[in-house]
Amino acid sequence: MLMQASGQPVARVAWIASWCLVALLAAAVFSFAFSQLQYGWNWQAIWHYREKFLQGWLITVALSASALLASLLIGLLAALARRSAFLPLRYAAMLYVETVRGTPLLVQILILFYVVANAFGIENRYFVGVLALSLFAGAYLSEMIRSGIESVRDSQLESARAIGLTRAQTYRHVVFPQVVRQLVPPLTGQFASIIKDSSLLSIIAVSEFTLNAQEVNAFTYSTLESYLPLAVGYLLLTLPISLLSRVLERRFYFAT
Amino acid sequence: MRLDCCAISKQFGPHQALRNVSVSVAAFQSLAIIGPSGGGKTTLLRIIAGLEIPDAGYLRIDEQPLDFSEASLLLHRRRIGTVFQAYNLFPHLTARENVMLPLVVVHGLSRVEANATVDALFERFQLSRHADRRPAELSGGQQQRVAIVRAIAIKPRFLIFDEPTSALDPEMTAEVLDFIAELRDEGRDLIIVTHNMGFARQVSDQCLFIAEGQVLEAGRSIDVFGRPRNPLLTNFLAKVLRY
Ligand SMILES: Nc1ncnc2c1ncn2[C@@H]1O[C@H](COP(=O)(O)OP(=O)(O)OP(=O)(O)O)[C@@H](O)[C@H]1O
Ligand SMILES: [Mg+2]
Repeated sequence: MLMQASGQPVARVAWIASWCLVALLAAAVFSFAFSQLQYGWNWQAIWHYREKFLQGWLITVALSASALLASLLIGLLAALARRSAFLPLRYAAMLYVETVRGTPLLVQILILFYVVANAFGIENRYFVGVLALSLFAGAYLSEMIRSGIESVRDSQLESARAIGLTRAQTYRHVVFPQVVRQLVPPLTGQFASIIKDSSLLSIIAVSEFTLNAQEVNAFTYSTLESYLPLAVGYLLLTLPISLLSRVLERRFYFAT
Repeated sequence: MRLDCCAISKQFGPHQALRNVSVSVAAFQSLAIIGPSGGGKTTLLRIIAGLEIPDAGYLRIDEQPLDFSEASLLLHRRRIGTVFQAYNLFPHLTARENVMLPLVVVHGLSRVEANATVDALFERFQLSRHADRRPAELSGGQQQRVAIVRAIAIKPRFLIFDEPTSALDPEMTAEVLDFIAELRDEGRDLIIVTHNMGFARQVSDQCLFIAEGQVLEAGRSIDVFGRPRNPLLTNFLAKVLRY
């Protein structure tokens, strides 16, 4: 009853029973681990700071959403630049993508904030934070968009030419709709990454979710009580996204 | 219609696909282009369709010289219907949307007008049942018929087919060839490259034989098929008609 080959539909009963089993096992492992801790829980102190958690969480949502939008724009421009006939533009995009993908986000945030932003007199750390996140995600997105564009076969571009579409019309009506459909699953994954990565902005004192939890920990000396809500708060964002991704994937699916 | 090719050459890397091709077909309704593989049929057809620019030479269609600037080629392509061997349709659009796309985007019809046009054409060519399917849900023959409907929906000056059935099995081939013959009977002008000699002979009034980048024989189809003069053509016909 609990067996089913991957890719096959799963019966409702089997689904419920299996999930219950998994939940039970996870609960058993964690309750054993925590019971070994001999830890004096102090949820009272944490409850006192609930507003602070909520505020940090909302800032994280806002930062991530802005970074996602900006990274889409940056990714699109970089993907088009990499396909540009103007070589300096193409190589600049290549340099950007390879540098960003080859270095840790932490280093990028520090350099962007303490060196670049400083040099150009940008003081708003929220702006720098969103910029860092979107430059980082944009590099990955540009590669996804580029491979999406390149997956549209030459025969289709030829058909588009034959029916008299201009280059812009071809992108608008033939290439991009197909890229968007392909992009939905990796894009939702990217959004989840941005949400988690935004926790790194705490090092430049952006008052997001993680920083607020750290502060609560500092005030209350209740480490676990401060960080467990943190895990739950991130899961609350990333789980629905991953579910949404599956729904969209099914909706946009079409055979080629 | 009338077609004049004057000293057309086209080179791909070291390979000369068309060598100084000059040919005039003074009056035809349906022109078949035949010849061995790699002879240059597709290259000539693509030049006529405004998809390829020759290295040298020029072309007149109905006495009008074709200007090879991108802007006028775009206008030229918009006025003719081209159907390739396969993959004509866009996979993300349904049959209906595929036909509507050029009508709305290129030819400025409203969606309502375009929808009505598609309905009428699909009805007439028994495609209504498939209107809302994507290409992957259609047979190869149905895909080609939708592609042909897309080509005629824009009311083109003439139609161009490059081996429209070579990717199909015999039954689907018949379905598509019948469709093309029907269009010919309606009086539409067309130019077709095909490996199907029986069909070429039956559907066309004029015929070109192209091999090694040159037009080696041109004339009425009855003569080209019935009394071939060029030894390469005789040879070619003997070979393809053997089976
Ligand atoms: N885009 C291209 N790049 C390089 N070579 C090409 C290109 N198009 C055609 N050729 C070459 O030019 C020659 C003529 O090709 P063409 O496609 O016109 O032949 P064809 O008569 O249509 O042959 P087939 O019956 O196989 O379709 C061939 O040798 C082909 O390899
Ligand atoms: Mg060919």
